[in-house]
Amino acid sequence: MTSLDHAAAHSQARKGRLLATPAGLYIVLFFIVPLLIILAYSFATRTATGRTELSGWNLESYDKLFTGLVMRTVWRSFWMAAVTTVMCLIVAYPFAYYLATRAAKVRNVLLVLVMIPFWTNGLIRIFAIRFMLGSDGPISQASESLGFGEFRILFTPTAVVLGMLYSFLTFMILPLYVAIERMDWKLVEAARDLYADGFTAFRKVTLPLTKSGIIAGSILVFVPSFGSYVVPEILGGAKTLLLGSYIARQFGQARNFPFGAALSVVLIVAMLIAVVINQRTEASEL
Amino acid sequence: MSQTLRTGKWIDRFLRLNAWLIFAFFYIPIFVLVIFSFNGSSRVTVWGGFSTRWYPAVFENQQILSALKNSLIVAGISTVVSTILGTSVAIAIDRYRFKGRKALDGAIYLPVIIPDVTMAVMMLAFFAQVFRLIDSFGPRFQLGIYTIAISHIAFNISFVAVVVKARLGQLDPSLEEAARDLYASGWLAFRRVTLPLILPGVLAGALLALALSLDDVVISGFVNGSGGTTLPVYVFGAIRRGVSPELNAISTLMLLASTVLVLTSLFLQRDPKSKQP
Repeated sequence: MTSLDHAAAHSQARKGRLLATPAGLYIVLFFIVPLLIILAYSFATRTATGRTELSGWNLESYDKLFTGLVMRTVWRSFWMAAVTTVMCLIVAYPFAYYLATRAAKVRNVLLVLVMIPFWTNGLIRIFAIRFMLGSDGPISQASESLGFGEFRILFTPTAVVLGMLYSFLTFMILPLYVAIERMDWKLVEAARDLYADGFTAFRKVTLPLTKSGIIAGSILVFVPSFGSYVVPEILGGAKTLLLGSYIARQFGQARNFPFGAALSVVLIVAMLIAVVINQRTEASEL
Repeated sequence: MSQTLRTGKWIDRFLRLNAWLIFAFFYIPIFVLVIFSFNGSSRVTVWGGFSTRWYPAVFENQQILSALKNSLIVAGISTVVSTILGTSVAIAIDRYRFKGRKALDGAIYLPVIIPDVTMAVMMLAFFAQVFRLIDSFGPRFQLGIYTIAISHIAFNISFVAVVVKARLGQLDPSLEEAARDLYASGWLAFRRVTLPLILPGVLAGALLALALSLDDVVISGFVNGSGGTTLPVYVFGAIRRGVSPELNAISTLMLLASTVLVLTSLFLQRDPKSKQP
């Protein structure tokens, strides 16, 4: 490296740092520090009055994670998120495939139609589902007038999964669409030329080639579902206590910040695992 | 592309049916909600003829108006700040090599993927701790709309950065190089070449930040204190008390606002290659 190159690299690094510092500092101060505070809280002591003392560090809150109610809540959140993710994948894959194989003009219109609900206020969309599913709502009224009787689904796990599907389906569609769209179709053609039937070509070529989209989409659906709060609060009932609501409760009525923090750490760990999985698959494709 | 695919007739039918069902799933609940906002009956789910009576009621409700005002203030501040910070960090990561770049690139994605409720309790604990610290020096601080704005900026920087980075990735770096070869200084090349090219991405990022800020209910609900209620926080509370025709009218207005936002954003985000001069 000549001294001129060296000087250029040096000035580059200086400019880069200058541009990155304000946002970097902001994220450290208002995201990383809060993350560390939650971590510290999870080892802190709760006084009898519900105050959190950052002293007398202990593992009590983590011990509590292994009690029956907590384990059941975490497990319920996990499987409901898993069911949501699998259902999203099942309906979104053919949908993304359909989108990606349309002519450019049709495809752009369809993409706009996908994006509109995605951008609409999430709370209002869940309210719309609540309105539809209500015991005197439009579906129930239609069902009664057709003689099927009252339609009872609101405040059940089914309603919550439906709400999460409605909220997060687009997170699955978009990465799948990107993966299918940029796939090299010649490889599928080649497989067919070598007498693979449609299903075999799909299983051995298309599916592996779109793996990155499947994983990215699954993460983008699973993580928010696992920690979802608004959906179970509006569509769920007493039998559908999920991790998100349980955490909120610890910071609300229960005033047990250390325990709430330990529960949040569960979500944070799940999120970090997801990020690592995603980076591994991205790296293995390059 | 579609011609070269040998999908069978039945598979094609299945794909089409699936697409129609998904669009129906997306749109029917929203349409039903909008239709019932024009319901004349005060029994919310029983159709009592067309009426716009619930709309004036929305604008006469002082709680709603003050919540709307709070939402707009928070969204305005957080959009401006996060757009500036998010754009500069995206440029830094995409165009420059410096120490800590990789770590920053990784950290910037965390606020995007973190569940709302986790971020909410993080911010609540953070402010509680900071206030305790400040209190010991004398002045007393309380949660309010400014703590919401601080929290919204924290996640919006990341969303803006991701959108702007995507746009920078689409650009041809040789354009900027060409400008520099023509003796434009680094700053001039940036201002005259790069900035105009990424501007649609920056605006799209800003609109996303605006939409996310107006959308957020969980984080705002945790760090709002008293008097800092935003519109979604108010609506969330109202939904938990039960459905009402007035709620349908607010929802329809909010749907209308977000539809305008998304259409503007999609218009701005069109692929630069397909853009007409």
